[in-house]
Amino acid sequence: MSTKEIVYDSKVEGEIVVTRADAVVNWIRQHSVWPMPMGLACCAIELMATAAPKFDISRFGMEVMRFSPRQADCMIVAGTVTYKMAEVVRRIYDQMGDPKWVVAMGACASTGGMYRSYAVLQGVDNIIPVDVYVSGCPPRPEALLDAMIKLQDKIGREPSVRNLRKSQGIASVA
Amino acid sequence: MDEELAQRLVERFAFLSKRTSKDCLSYFCPPENLVELATSLRDREGFEMLVDLTALDWGQENSPRFTTLYHFYSLALKIYLRIACDCPCNDKPDVPSLAAIYPAADWHEREVFDMFGITFAGHPNLKRILMWDEYPYHPLRKEFPLAGIETPLPAPDVVEVTNVSVKPAPMMGGPFVSPAEGNVSESEPRAKDESWTEEVEKTL
Ligand code: SF4
Repeated sequence: MSTKEIVYDSKVEGEIVVTRADAVVNWIRQHSVWPMPMGLACCAIELMATAAPKFDISRFGMEVMRFSPRQADCMIVAGTVTYKMAEVVRRIYDQMGDPKWVVAMGACASTGGMYRSYAVLQGVDNIIPVDVYVSGCPPRPEALLDAMIKLQDKIGREPSVRNLRKSQGIASVA
Repeated sequence: MDEELAQRLVERFAFLSKRTSKDCLSYFCPPENLVELATSLRDREGFEMLVDLTALDWGQENSPRFTTLYHFYSLALKIYLRIACDCPCNDKPDVPSLAAIYPAADWHEREVFDMFGITFAGHPNLKRILMWDEYPYHPLRKEFPLAGIETPLPAPDVVEVTNVSVKPAPMMGGPFVSPAEGNVSESEPRAKDESWTEEVEKTL
């Protein structure tokens, strides 16, 4: 066991667990990601497959797909974002409570994909900050799961407490 | 069956003129007779379906520039009938709406209006169906570039935070299209190279 890890010894500590606030907060956030399925085109079919039993996204604690942005914290943009839809995507993103993350699933959401045309936004990162991009047209469910695991890692590295203090206007102690 | 119908149509509607076609029966109809024709097709000839409604842009240099196309189908006769209608005015193309006769025409006419800017007189709700209402162009017109033209987005508050606008898409050497003629083996999709939209000029 690495020396960095904080180990709980019940004989010494009784009913007390010692850890860092960041570790607890991130651990909770990591394992209860509530995705907002922003299914806009064909990629959404693979997103559905990911949620279905065969690929089973609930193994990672993310099966609670919410169609209300108020209850979701990770937007999975699965599909072609047209300019007409861009405004809606941004508004839904704005309605999600902090902290929130975005996964751009597939070529279309990442770059506009094969739609080099007057109607398609060339990458959803033009309107919202993206945390993880998934390549593929469409990406296989495994690829999306991989991206979600990467997102979990990313969440695990966040300075959550500092961010929280910042958002509340409290000066950082450290 | 086709000949019988052709005979009957030409006899009954003197304004129809034959249009060359490789598949189904096809006629030109002047716009002023379109409603009359469609009504009779539905009520007397048994064409209960309007299966398709679209338009053609022959290019700015041609007159008539726009032609609207209608495909009717008779379930009883199992026959398709194509009617083409040349729009009289090239700048403000306008044809009568068939939405009151065939409800299917409603959204199709809105699409044609959206893409070609052809107006349909008598349409109950002629507004854009695919692009947003404020969009200034008609994208399927010949002079409109596939990549698009810089246009502001219709949501000022979103634009304020994201600074996004409709920009010409990078064509990356494309679009990749097949030449219309020739053997399939020779008509593989190839680059038409419209990369002039890219920010950095391409060097060969
Ligand atoms: S990336 Fe491919 S599969 Fe996904 S929305 Fe675009 S075209 Fe469809």
